Amino acid sequence: MLIGLGHYLTVAAILFTIGVLGIFINRKNVIIILMSIELILLSVNINLVSFSSFLGDLVGQVYALLVLTVAAAEAAIGLAILVAFFRNRGSIAVEDINLMKG
Amino acid sequence: MIPALFFYLFAGICVASAFLVIASKNPVHSVLFLILAFSNAAGLFILLGAEFLAMILVIVYVGAVMVLFLFVVMMLDVNFAELRQGFLQYLPIGGVIGIVMLVELALVALTWVTAPDAQQALAAPTPPIARMLNTEALGHILYTRYVYFFQAAGMVLLVAMIGAIVLTLHHKPKVRRQSIAEQNARTKATAIEIVQVRSGQGL
Repeated sequence: MLIGLGHYLTVAAILFTIGVLGIFINRKNVIIILMSIELILLSVNINLVSFSSFLGDLVGQVYALLVLTVAAAEAAIGLAILVAFFRNRGSIAVEDINLMKG
Repeated sequence: MIPALFFYLFAGICVASAFLVIASKNPVHSVLFLILAFSNAAGLFILLGAEFLAMILVIVYVGAVMVLFLFVVMMLDVNFAELRQGFLQYLPIGGVIGIVMLVELALVALTWVTAPDAQQALAAPTPPIARMLNTEALGHILYTRYVYFFQAAGMVLLVAMIGAIVLTLHHKPKVRRQSIAEQNARTKATAIEIVQVRSGQGL
């Protein structure tokens, strides 16, 4: 039983879908939404690394490294915004983020 | 046989824990399941021969980012049960969008083919494992051809660090702090006042 590129792409697709689903069903909790974004970025990384491995091209792993960097920066900034927001409003529900009447 | 077994082990635990991330009631459990998902994704990376990225995933994600998440979740004093109301209300639309997305991804996954000349168009072919390990090969191209991208990643991290500090730094107005510039700007004229007091009279 040989594990091919399709197997890894399937795992990545399922993870991506779970991440999108998580954003939709946890619409009130910003922390879970941030975690879902992390899941989506993880699935993108799995895609990049599996293509890099099966095509024999190392640039995919360089790109995955950059995606990882951006994901870490995004998590740090997102959590900082969350903490600042919680300090001001005492809540992290998405409906309460309505200061700009958007 | 053994690699296939490990693939199914890692992939199964990864998908299951990813599902529990979005489905569990307690956000602390969500973070812990996310750690499990990332650890198993690191296992998948090792199966793919990307050891360096697997270790980066364990160190950077499980070691740093997830601990950050855990601290924030524990620091916020929020009634998380209240935030879960409407979970079932959003489930149908979320499920529909999830199924549509999965079907689209399946359509792509079942029909794509590799271009015949893709093997000739490699930007940086992976050297054979007998000659160079993954970490060394990655370093060889990351510090030469892609050094500007590497520097840009460093800048992104620096900006993120400064941004996070600026956003969360809390200045209490009641606390009096030393202001060195103000102290140095004081002169004799602004600091003291000389008055001539006549004897017998006050000021």
